Amino acid sequence: MEFLRPSTLVEALEARSAHPDGVPIMGGTDVMVELNFDKRRPSALIDLTRVPELAEWGVDGDRTRLGAGVPYTRIIEHLSGRAPALAKASRSVASPQIRNRGTVGGNLGGASPAGECHPPLLATDAEIELASVRGTRRVRARDFYLSFRETALRADELITAILLPAPTGPQQFAKIGTRNAMVIAVANFSLALDTENRRVGTGVGSAGPTPFRAEAAEEFLEAEFDWEDGRPLSEAVVTRFGELVAAAARPIDDQRGSAAYRRHTLAVMARRALSWSVTDYRKGSTRCA
Amino acid sequence: MRVSFNVNGEDVTADNVWPGESLLYVLRERLGLPGSKNACEQGECGSCTVYFDGVTACSCMIAAGQAEGREVRTVEGLAEEPGKGGDRTLSTVQEAFVEAGAVQCGFCTPGLLVQTDDLIERTVGAGRAAPDDSEIREALAGNLCRCTGYEKIIDAVHLAAERRAAAGSTS
Repeated sequence: MEFLRPSTLVEALEARSAHPDGVPIMGGTDVMVELNFDKRRPSALIDLTRVPELAEWGVDGDRTRLGAGVPYTRIIEHLSGRAPALAKASRSVASPQIRNRGTVGGNLGGASPAGECHPPLLATDAEIELASVRGTRRVRARDFYLSFRETALRADELITAILLPAPTGPQQFAKIGTRNAMVIAVANFSLALDTENRRVGTGVGSAGPTPFRAEAAEEFLEAEFDWEDGRPLSEAVVTRFGELVAAAARPIDDQRGSAAYRRHTLAVMARRALSWSVTDYRKGSTRCA
Repeated sequence: MRVSFNVNGEDVTADNVWPGESLLYVLRERLGLPGSKNACEQGECGSCTVYFDGVTACSCMIAAGQAEGREVRTVEGLAEEPGKGGDRTLSTVQEAFVEAGAVQCGFCTPGLLVQTDDLIERTVGAGRAAPDDSEIREALAGNLCRCTGYEKIIDAVHLAAERRAAAGSTS
């Protein structure tokens, strides 16, 4: 096994191109577990922690450009206003030690359907920047997850950044697990209201082979939501929204929960996230968030 | 491969490191620093917690090669340097754990000490209010203790915060 330490993005892309069987490593919170338990023996580890571009965030037009290697702790500290749903999701990741190391790039690269980043990226219509020696392209989160742990990322590409649209309304994240910390989600859910375009975004995790959007629920809420004044929704509308989110799921029974329980939690989380969002909307707090 | 970095203020070099090896393994098996404990090897238990470039992390999840040129501080580095001919003096956090009876089998203690040291320095050490129970539980959520039920540990953190506040802010 080789250990490669590129110190610039160009070097990193060249290393990736030369070692398509190699494994990029940032925080190591997934990769090192596989190595420690002898589940993976890649030909090379490509350490990306010395590439400055990956560890920075900044403004890109009306969006936030989040380097793929920014740890969750810094997202929580700096991006709670610019990316509320992602920041909320970041707070729910594992423990302080893990949040100090784990990154959105790693979450996307591992592509576990339970990963905390996926629902917010789907709900907010974020884009993922993929780079290789051939060039750079951007893929919408909704087009990124292809099948179980398979993504649009090609063998010679690195995930370099995430582009997060400026929030124009409430954004929420909810997660169900056996305790608050150190939990892989039974299911997780994100809701984003785009008041400018009057669009509803959803993202669902750990309830199917890939993270996904609940499109029927989005369309339903777009038609029912009072975009003018944010008047409280009827109980029937809130319930129906929860049902539509749950109906979009394709969960399985596993050690973390049954398929039926996962559907149940999704309906509950969707209703809660919607109620919180209506409250936020009426407060108008999100306009200055 | 060879890996060189700084541990507890001292420059060290480890040779014949396998590229897939963890920092924890290098500390314990190659550098004679067994304070950081090896339990779960998957970031679940926190018993291998160290400072890595100033932030706490599970050393089992840092590849040895990632430590090249970095600064690591382990539980062995918490105690004060000895005076002339004297023993090393335990740190405020270590003293508080002993006095509060926060140690039973002791296996989780090194990780808890490092994580508590970080919490104390980020709060009272930085001139902020002492952490309350919920902040303490949140900060220590990634450190598992199977003996104590955590109550004595939380007592120890309160005691350490009180004494650290009395000693004054350094940052």
